[in-house]
Amino acid sequence: MAMTSFAADAADERDRGGPQQPLLTVTDLRKYFPIRGGVLGRTVAHVRAVDGVSFTVRKGETLGIVGESGCGKSTVARLLMRLVDPDAGEQVFDGEAVGEQGGISVAQMRRQVQMVFQDSASSLNPRMPVQNSIAFGPVAFGARRADAVAMARELLTKVGLNPVLFGGRYPHELSGGQKQRINIARALALKPRMIILDEAVSALDKSVEAQVLNLLQALKRELNLTYVFISHDLGVVRWISDRVMVMYLGEVVEIGPADAIYTGPKHPYTRALLASRPALDPDQRREEAPVSGDPPNPVNPPSGCRFHTRCPHAEPVCSARAPSLGDATGFGHLAACHMQDAGSGHTAASVLQ
Amino acid sequence: MTAPLVEVENLSVNFVTRESNVTAVNGVSFTMMPGEVMCMLGESGSGKSVTMRALMRLLPEKRSVITGGIRIAGQDVQAMNDRALRQMRGATVSMIFQEPMTAFDPVVRVGDQIAEVVALHRGVSHKAGRRRALDLFDLVRIPSAERRLDAYPHELSGGLRQRAMIALALSCEPKLLLADEPTTALDATVQIQVLILLRKLQQEMGMSVIFVTHDLGVAAEIADRVAVMYAGRIVETGPVRDLLRTPLHPYTAGLLASTVHDQPRDRDLETIPGAPPDMRRLPPGCSFAPRCPKVGGDCLLTVPPPVSPAPGRVARCLRVPAAQPEFA
Amino acid sequence: MSTAISDTTPPALAELAGPAQRGYWGTVGYRLRYDPVTLFFITILVLVILAAIFSPWLAPNDPYQESIIRRLKPPGYRGHILGTDELGRDMLSRLLYGGRITLTMGILPVLVATLIGGGLGVIAGFAGGFVNALIMRIMDVFYAFPSVLLAVAISGAMGGGAVNGMIALTLVFIPPLCRVAETATTQVRNLDFVDAARATGAPVRLVLWHHVLGNVLGPVLIYASSLISVGIILASGLSFLGLGVKPPEPDWGLMLNALRQAIYVSPLAAAMPGIAILITSVSMNMASDGLRAAMDVRS
Repeated sequence: MAMTSFAADAADERDRGGPQQPLLTVTDLRKYFPIRGGVLGRTVAHVRAVDGVSFTVRKGETLGIVGESGCGKSTVARLLMRLVDPDAGEQVFDGEAVGEQGGISVAQMRRQVQMVFQDSASSLNPRMPVQNSIAFGPVAFGARRADAVAMARELLTKVGLNPVLFGGRYPHELSGGQKQRINIARALALKPRMIILDEAVSALDKSVEAQVLNLLQALKRELNLTYVFISHDLGVVRWISDRVMVMYLGEVVEIGPADAIYTGPKHPYTRALLASRPALDPDQRREEAPVSGDPPNPVNPPSGCRFHTRCPHAEPVCSARAPSLGDATGFGHLAACHMQDAGSGHTAASVLQ
Repeated sequence: MTAPLVEVENLSVNFVTRESNVTAVNGVSFTMMPGEVMCMLGESGSGKSVTMRALMRLLPEKRSVITGGIRIAGQDVQAMNDRALRQMRGATVSMIFQEPMTAFDPVVRVGDQIAEVVALHRGVSHKAGRRRALDLFDLVRIPSAERRLDAYPHELSGGLRQRAMIALALSCEPKLLLADEPTTALDATVQIQVLILLRKLQQEMGMSVIFVTHDLGVAAEIADRVAVMYAGRIVETGPVRDLLRTPLHPYTAGLLASTVHDQPRDRDLETIPGAPPDMRRLPPGCSFAPRCPKVGGDCLLTVPPPVSPAPGRVARCLRVPAAQPEFA
Repeated sequence: MSTAISDTTPPALAELAGPAQRGYWGTVGYRLRYDPVTLFFITILVLVILAAIFSPWLAPNDPYQESIIRRLKPPGYRGHILGTDELGRDMLSRLLYGGRITLTMGILPVLVATLIGGGLGVIAGFAGGFVNALIMRIMDVFYAFPSVLLAVAISGAMGGGAVNGMIALTLVFIPPLCRVAETATTQVRNLDFVDAARATGAPVRLVLWHHVLGNVLGPVLIYASSLISVGIILASGLSFLGLGVKPPEPDWGLMLNALRQAIYVSPLAAAMPGIAILITSVSMNMASDGLRAAMDVRS
């Protein structure tokens, strides 16, 4: 019995550069979705879904990505899996460029990186018993059917579901939390090193959400996994992440260690986001909203700093020039804001320095 | 002593299909005073939205069996004829939803839609209705209101659309606003704006609000009183402060503990084990018993009666002290 | 470590809470069992098909045996249970044998069209882009004609006869089936589980086979089954116009045409082939409607 097959090996033979080498480095990732219009279906504009995003994920850490709808966080997930082809950008997985000469192919990368989707219902084939959904990946890579199903049942145990009861069921016979456990088991079936969790707990009820979060943490420790955790829920991201990246309209506005971001946010948008969380105490109700209005449309994002239209500290320089994040692939606490840059010309810049 | 605005007495709703009989709401009773904001808090399938729709008589008549009494502003909702029902909807009670797109006709300008409702209910001209719509847009703080009246629903952003729906709902100055997760689909920075707006409007207009949500934080922001629903029953009600600080029912306590909010990262989150029950096969006794840390043999026998350990607070749990005063 | 992450619901309770395990087709069967209307029409259909298959054994007389003196006799006349037609042939035997030809002409074109049209639709839906545009625009050209007119035109151009009639009907049925398959595939392709399957790095053919086809098959089969009744009516129509089956073959449409002249003499005899067509196509429609409801498991 292959009970040890999922235990973390002390030295993973797939680990190339050692613990110091980042597992994933992304530089200047870009994706513009064309909007077609008119009689001829010509491209009339672009949605700038992801516009020059760079970051690094270390081995064994969890990088949280937060932002509001339309900020491009889900597109980042699909770009990392190559479910969507990027327009530009470089993706290096454990020292090897993905999909380039001398690097690793997209198929090889996909064996090591898996994804869990938000909608637990639509991410399972309704006509397939769940254990077959889990076994699909291994079978596709040449495992014997019986072996793959046996492994799927072992994985069911691992995610806390009794294989005798649940293995043969169909998705519509399971609750949302159970389906998400199946999705996690499927992501584990190819023994990946990294899992991208795209709003993986957002659709679950609060009492079930906590169960799945605990499961994810336990699996990470046990199987030596690296997570990219995408969510709009700031509380959940803080609990699970080592480092956090905040996105706004397709760009990274702030990145850094989770505690630093939550206790000392540098970007006005991050501050607004944190201050917008409802307080759990009726005596500390918010009287004023931190920012007004909705996030602008990513089709025609504002010039300069994209947050300047809603920012309480906006000055002429903010609409004129886009602030830079600096070395985004490093591990420090960085914010793309003119107030953080002494030479930017923003009046608050020197005060903060 | 003013009369209560809403009185719900032992309300049950069953959805009957060829194959199953689902008890969505199972003996819900509550009363509400004018000017009160009550949050119905519960997870998906707890019956909170169904209760709301029953108040408006919006449930499909053929497939749902409703028992119990509903009185709004002294009138029996169940006994109303179509005309009285139309009068009630909009004028006395109106409702806002999670997805504002469903409330608007996609091919008519929002200003005209609001004007039409005003003209219909008040018997004024369309032009007067437009003027009222403009006032309403100002009331819900829609910037450049004049221009936005001429917009089609899809041209508005999510937050503006929700404000427009609130304007539509307030057009006839209802005494009671039913809000079914109106901020759930909104972004964080927009949600807080809409919550603050609703709170201010409620205070200015003095109306009552029943606010359905699954989010404890939202309840803390807006509610005077909270009713926690589980498996079709109200398991606990109380003033928002008391309920969030010293929950009585183990489910409320579990919900509070498992909500992720700055817990230490190196420890597991507290959870409520298991999953909500199948509403087609409710367990006898307390529905929460299979998941409850304080469960005892007696919990499986009878549905716990409501007990009130302190003024204004009610819980349906055998473990709540006042349940057995003879032992106290 | 792994014990810390188990679902804490006791197995017994989980079993109580969960619905019975039936599987997809099991659920469909279960639902059909409790749908007496659909069951009734399915039974009639099965009887009609069995009668057609076993007509050589069931038919009391030779369907081609003519008799001048026994023309247009009423039902029950000397062993002719349903009477005789305008050439004195046994009506029941001809209806039974005619079922073979008419049902074949109704069913076979739909089957072939399902393979071709459904296949093209799945390819168009899954590939998207240029391939989709190419296939679907070609289908749109066929769509521009009313189906009856198209069937008449094609079989007219190719010359009459049963085989040409069936080819014409096949061509008529390909575009709608292609459209249905394309729509279903496009819907399925955009669901997360197809993305999840792609994300395993599995080859496209495996993703198509395991995750797309099974979900497209349901709607396509249901639509195809509803086309069979259209096929029977169209086939009868072609024969009626003299473009399908040639006399003296017993085809329901042809019989209807021949007996038309006898409508004042023996209205009952003239109506009989029509009644056969009506019963079969109504049963087919009702059965496929019931099947559609039963197969929608998630409703």
